[in-house]
Amino acid sequence: MSANQIALLYLVASVLFILSLKGLSHPLSARRGNLFGMIGMGIAVATTLSMTHRVDIALGAMVVGGVSGVAVARRVQMTHMPELVAAMHSLVGLAAVLIAAAILNDPRAFGLDDPLPIGNRVELVIGAFVGAITFSGSVIAFGKLAGLGTYGRVFSSAPVTFAGQHVANLLLATVMVGAGMAFVAAPSDGAWPPFLIMIGVALLLGVLIIIPIGGADMPVVISMLNSYSGWAAAGIGFSLNNSMLIIAGSLVGSSGAILSYIMCRAMNRSFFSVILGGFGTSDGAIAGSAAQKAVRSGSADDVAFLLGNAESVIIVPGYGLAVGRAQHAVNEMAEKLRAKGISVRYAIHPVAGRMPGHMNVLLAEAEVPYDQVVEMDDINNDFSSTDVAFVLGANDVVNPLASQPGSPIYGMPILEAHKARTVVVNKRSMAAGYAGIDNPLFYMDRTMMVFGDAKKVVEDIVKALD
Amino acid sequence: MTGLVDPIVVNITIFVLAIFVGYHVVWNVTPALHTPLMSVTNAISSVVMVGALLAAGSATEGYGTLLGGLAVALVAINTFGGFTVTHRMLEMFKTKDRAKTRAPRTGPGA
Repeated sequence: MSANQIALLYLVASVLFILSLKGLSHPLSARRGNLFGMIGMGIAVATTLSMTHRVDIALGAMVVGGVSGVAVARRVQMTHMPELVAAMHSLVGLAAVLIAAAILNDPRAFGLDDPLPIGNRVELVIGAFVGAITFSGSVIAFGKLAGLGTYGRVFSSAPVTFAGQHVANLLLATVMVGAGMAFVAAPSDGAWPPFLIMIGVALLLGVLIIIPIGGADMPVVISMLNSYSGWAAAGIGFSLNNSMLIIAGSLVGSSGAILSYIMCRAMNRSFFSVILGGFGTSDGAIAGSAAQKAVRSGSADDVAFLLGNAESVIIVPGYGLAVGRAQHAVNEMAEKLRAKGISVRYAIHPVAGRMPGHMNVLLAEAEVPYDQVVEMDDINNDFSSTDVAFVLGANDVVNPLASQPGSPIYGMPILEAHKARTVVVNKRSMAAGYAGIDNPLFYMDRTMMVFGDAKKVVEDIVKALD
Repeated sequence: MTGLVDPIVVNITIFVLAIFVGYHVVWNVTPALHTPLMSVTNAISSVVMVGALLAAGSATEGYGTLLGGLAVALVAINTFGGFTVTHRMLEMFKTKDRAKTRAPRTGPGA
C-alpha cells in the first residue's frame, strides 16, 4: 500500500472512533457505537500489519494480550470496574513508554530519520513522560481501589502526605523536564542516559502525585488518569507523525478531562484541591458532637407499610448498596411496588459510585430499566412532590448541610431527599460518611432510620410487601 | 511565504481540531453511560498499538522487536478487553420487554 492509502485508511478509523463516542449519547445507539469502535480498531491494526515485515511476531504478541484481555473482561465484576479501568490506563501508559524506547532504539523501523530529528525528540519526550506518569499513577490508583493498603502504605485509601510534598514534586518535575531537555540536545549515541533518567523520575512523580489523594476523590483520579492516557497516546502520535493516533489520543484526553471536571463539580471541589490531596480524612470532631441526638428508627415492616401506601417513591442508591450486593433485591422491591401501581424511580448523584456512571451500570446489571434511573439535575425538583424518598447506602450526597455556609461540604450539589414527605434511610450504623460530617437528614421528624445490612433489610421489605 | 508546511504544524492543527471534536462529542454522552465511555476510550487509546506493531514487526530483529512485542501484548489487553467489557455493560442497558411495557408508569408521582 502507498503512504496515501494508509493515511486514508487511518482517516476512516479515526472517523469510526469519533462515531463510537457519539453513539454513547443514548443507550440505544451505544452498542452500535461500540461496534464502530471495534471496526475502526480492526482497520487500524490490519493496515499497520500490512506494513510490518514480521507479521508472525506482531500477531503473536497481539493474540497473547488479546486472549488475556477478553478473559479478564468477561469475568470482571461490575463493582470492580474502577480497578479494571485503572489497570488498563496503566497499560496504555507503559506501552507509550515502551514505544518511545523502541523509536529511540531504531527510528527507521517507524519510517523516521536516524538520528531522530529535534522535533520528533521533543514529541517523544512528552509522550514518554506522560506515559510514565500515567503508568505509575494508575498502578497506585489500582492499589487504592483494590484495597491493597495492607501490602504497602502507598496503596492506602487514606491520603499519604508528608512535609514538603509539593516542593518535592516540583523539584522532581524540574529534574524530569531538565533530563528531557538534555535528551533533546544530546548526540545520538548519548541519548539513552537522559532518556532513562527522565523515565525514572516520571515514574516516581506518578506515584507521588496519586498517593496524597483520598478514597473519596477516586472518581476524579480515575478520570484524570483516563485523560493522561489519551495525551500519552497523542504524544506518541506526534512523534510518529501519525494523525490517527493524535486524533484518538485527543478524543480520549478531552473525554477524561471533561469527566474530571464533572466529578469535581459534583463534589464542589476545584481540580487543584483534589490534585493537592489530603481530602477523605475523616475528622471525628464534628461527627461526635451530634451523635447523641434522637433518631426515629423503624423496622422493615414499617418501611413496607410506608412504601405500600405511597403513590410515588424515589430510591436514592449509594455505593453502600453495591457493597452490600443489594441491587437485585432493590429491583425486586421496586417491581413489587410498580405492580401495585406505585411510581418508583432511582435518583443518581454523579459521584454515587466509585467512578463516573458507576451506579448506573450497577443498577443496569441488576436489570433495573435505564429509563427508571434519573440524573440528579432532572429529578431534584420532584422530591417535594414525592411521598417516600428511600436512601440506601448513601450519605454525603443527601446531606442538607451542603446548603449551609461554613459546612465542610458547603456548595456541593446534593439530591434533595430531605424535601420528600417521608424519608427512609437505611444505614449499617450512625457512622459518618466519607466527608466525616454528621447528616441532619437522619434527625428530621419526617425521617425513619432502618439500621442493618442493606440486602437483608430490602429482602425483609420484599417479604413484608407480599 | 512559500515552501512546505512543517509536519509538526499539520500535527498541531489536527490535534487542536480533534480536541474540539472530542469536547463536543463527549458533552453529549449521557451521564448514565460514563462508565462505558471510560472503558471504550480505554480501548480506543490502545490504538498506540499501531506504533508498537511497527517495532514488533520490524525487518531487523533486536531490542526493538522485544520492546514492541511487549508493548503490543500489553496494549492488546486494552484493545480486546476494553471493547469486550464495554459490550458487556451496554448489553445490560438494553431495553427489556417488560421495561417497555411499564415505561408509561415511570412519570413523576402524583
